[in-house]
Amino acid sequence: MLYRETGQFKPTYQADQAIFPIAQDRWFITAVLAVAFLVVPLLIDDYWANAIFLPFLAYALAAIGLNILTGYCGQVSLGTGGFMAVGAFSAFKLMTAFPDLNFIIVVILAGGVTALVGVLFGLPSLRIKGFYLAVATLAAQFFLVWLFNKVGWFINYNATGQVTAPPVEFFGVLIIGPEATPPARYLFCLAFVAVFALAAKNIVRGRIGRSWMAIRDMDIAAELIGIRPLEAKLSAFAVSSFYVGMAGALYFAVWLGAAEPGEAFGIEQSFFVLFIIIVGGLGSILGSFLGAAFMVLMPILLKNFMVNGIGVEVVTAKHVEITTMGILIVFFLIVEPHGLARLWQITKEKLRLWPFPH
Amino acid sequence: MHENKPIGDVMLSVDNISLSFGGVHALENISFNIREHEIRAIIGPNGAGKSSMLNVINGFYHPQEGTITYKGQTRKQMKPHEAARTGIARTFQNIALFKGMSTLDNIMTGRNTMMKKGVFWQALHLGPALNEELEHREFVENIIDFLEIEHIRKTPVGRLPYGLQKRVELGRALAAQPELLLLDEPMAGMNLEEKEDMCRFILDVNDEFGTTIALIEHDMGVVMDISDRVVVLDYGKKIGDGTPDEVRANQDVIDAYLGVSH
Amino acid sequence: MSPDFLFFLEIIVSGLMAGVMYSLVALGFVLIFKASGIFNFAQGVLCLFAALALYDFIAPGGWVDRWFGFTLPVWLGIIMTAGVMVIVAWLIERLVLRYLVNQAPIILFMATIGLAYVLEGMGDILFGSDVKPLDIGLPQGASDYMLDTFGLYVEKLEIVAAFVAAALVAVLAVFFQKTRIGRALRAVADDHQAALSVGISLRTIWVIVWSVAGIVAMVAGIMWGSKSGVQFSLSLIALKALPVLILGGFTSVPGAIIGGLIIGVGEKLAEIYVGPLFGGAIENWFAYMLALAFLLVRPQGLFGEKIIERV
Repeated sequence: MLYRETGQFKPTYQADQAIFPIAQDRWFITAVLAVAFLVVPLLIDDYWANAIFLPFLAYALAAIGLNILTGYCGQVSLGTGGFMAVGAFSAFKLMTAFPDLNFIIVVILAGGVTALVGVLFGLPSLRIKGFYLAVATLAAQFFLVWLFNKVGWFINYNATGQVTAPPVEFFGVLIIGPEATPPARYLFCLAFVAVFALAAKNIVRGRIGRSWMAIRDMDIAAELIGIRPLEAKLSAFAVSSFYVGMAGALYFAVWLGAAEPGEAFGIEQSFFVLFIIIVGGLGSILGSFLGAAFMVLMPILLKNFMVNGIGVEVVTAKHVEITTMGILIVFFLIVEPHGLARLWQITKEKLRLWPFPH
Repeated sequence: MHENKPIGDVMLSVDNISLSFGGVHALENISFNIREHEIRAIIGPNGAGKSSMLNVINGFYHPQEGTITYKGQTRKQMKPHEAARTGIARTFQNIALFKGMSTLDNIMTGRNTMMKKGVFWQALHLGPALNEELEHREFVENIIDFLEIEHIRKTPVGRLPYGLQKRVELGRALAAQPELLLLDEPMAGMNLEEKEDMCRFILDVNDEFGTTIALIEHDMGVVMDISDRVVVLDYGKKIGDGTPDEVRANQDVIDAYLGVSH
Repeated sequence: MSPDFLFFLEIIVSGLMAGVMYSLVALGFVLIFKASGIFNFAQGVLCLFAALALYDFIAPGGWVDRWFGFTLPVWLGIIMTAGVMVIVAWLIERLVLRYLVNQAPIILFMATIGLAYVLEGMGDILFGSDVKPLDIGLPQGASDYMLDTFGLYVEKLEIVAAFVAAALVAVLAVFFQKTRIGRALRAVADDHQAALSVGISLRTIWVIVWSVAGIVAMVAGIMWGSKSGVQFSLSLIALKALPVLILGGFTSVPGAIIGGLIIGVGEKLAEIYVGPLFGGAIENWFAYMLALAFLLVRPQGLFGEKIIERV
């Protein structure tokens, strides 16, 4: 009875096209944002920031990026890890070369560089489709990681092969470095991700998003009604890589603080982000957040339960975790291929009718 | 709103078109033309090359020989998206809608070529991008109104029954405000009532917007009723061309349809 | 023969031999893709799983040894392992594929990634994750015959692998062309629904295909396991086989073989002649770049079917 749209008339197309056309949804999202911006920063400590909130935000942003390419435009990519590396190392080079550059600009430029690299590796998508393309994106993954491992310039010739983010201040507040406080790091990432999530939502519901989905659903028909495949696919690669690159920059600079190319950006990362969008929902911005939350929390809860709860050895727990992750993926695909976002939508539809379902 | 334009000059003419796949000759030396504001039917038995002909016109197949003259420009072949941008829209024999998108979004894709705002404004969804979106939304709502599909505006088209999907597909083609509309079996698999609805839409489009229409259809009753001129193909060759009455009297056409012992 | 040329020849031969090993893995992919349109990412893990199972049947210190105090003879171990792979195939059909009929290919592909995680985790839990030497009595070391006659250094194991691969392809060809099941498999590969309508059980066919792919994985697992020990990295050879697939085409058995050979040779040549220019370690991506460059010229791979698009 509480959740329904009866009586909420939409006199203009603009109101009808709002992201949350139903008032209850608007209240809910406002409440969530209020908690995220006002309550969480009061409670957050190092553990919560490093184990949950920062990875959640970084992965959510990466998942939005991959979702644009795979969920909206239908081009499967297994190169997310490699593209995150491009963002991270671009950010690193920018931060060390121009220490006074505002960090927001650093992250956006890092995204821009990644977008260029993404377009380059997206070029084969004009000729090849489906699994052939998925395998081709693996070429990007392996090549990019190799590149950052091999060429000393990218890591400023650091002998350890590792890069460390220098401390960064944002309008006088330290957001990167060992001295940065958890609320500062968290709030910076949160604001960044919130703004760009909104931008992504706007893009996918407009002309560009529709041309991506047209290519995804039926590329031949899309071309026959005047959508240029070249433009649609490459713009999807560009925007997707832009987001993945920014996510890589936040992941490396704000969350990890230090990284080594092979470990931090390996193919496991590509799969992890892919799993996020499967679990969360292909072709859904909200799903990217739900999936990221699930995939970040699940291993932690599982590990706590097994190691602290029933005393399983840490090594075995790791194996059980991998198995469980696999089972969950398969389970989700069988039960709801559209992921948590779809479940959320179904729940809302049920709620609208509750308590009189017929 | 009724324009009721008289049939005008030749808008599109195909000359000596030949198309083959490997050794199979799909079209052999076909020539015919389409005049402004007319309804032109292409008929023929299954496998006669009708769909191939439409595919040649809008650039999906590239003929080995022959030329296409469209609005005064002669070319060997077109690119599909170019054809779309010069005012040719079409529907498909097997429905080619974007199944994951709503009816509204499907029809909005028909307006894509007319929307110009870049990714930056789109991301903000303010100012120019918003105005543009609303302006086109209004146009699309008129089409939805015209086709009487208001109730399924927000339904994903994958869930719609066949007849409605055909209608949405017509809507998507109309959204592009085409000068030439190619319809590939718009009434295949429909019941009588749905066919009558579809006929009405086709005639209305032709009447009200003055759109030139080329259609492929198997239902002879429909073809003879609504079309101005008919071209008949059989085994990739043209065997008849003229008004419905002329075609009906053509001996080759009768043979092709009824079969004849050679 | 000049030493330079001999060296070149040696690279070619060792490349071909390495290629055979890739082909063995790629074969399993092709079988499943042909019959069910599923791009089975778990193929590499199946190799690992089979090798782990075989180890535990026949090696001192394996499960059988620890529980019963004796080890099985190699031939019995291989049969038992084949049995395990059939059971795995049956379980996969029963628990996963059955529920995913008619889903988009990308969904099935992602399901096999999930499957790969499950098998990997289960393999570790069941068999442990330490490196295990797999010795089923295959010859090791350099072939004296090749060394004496041609002056070429070739691993005996690789020669055996070449023969095994040839035999395997021959058996598969006979199986597909001459048997009733083979005919049914080809029918399903052509058109699922048409095959169903003439009374072929899709479920049975899938179990059979996955079993055959599992047994091919076992052969590949034995070869790779004998070469470099049984360990987690064995599952990564799947990644090595992918360029082979896009080069040869997903649906072509000859493509898998020839693609494997091309990748094997190309990779070895690149390692020696191109690698130093880039500072080495290019084997991780070179095969992909080679395959990618090739795809741009021929999008359906060497032997893949050209798709005529219709609307």
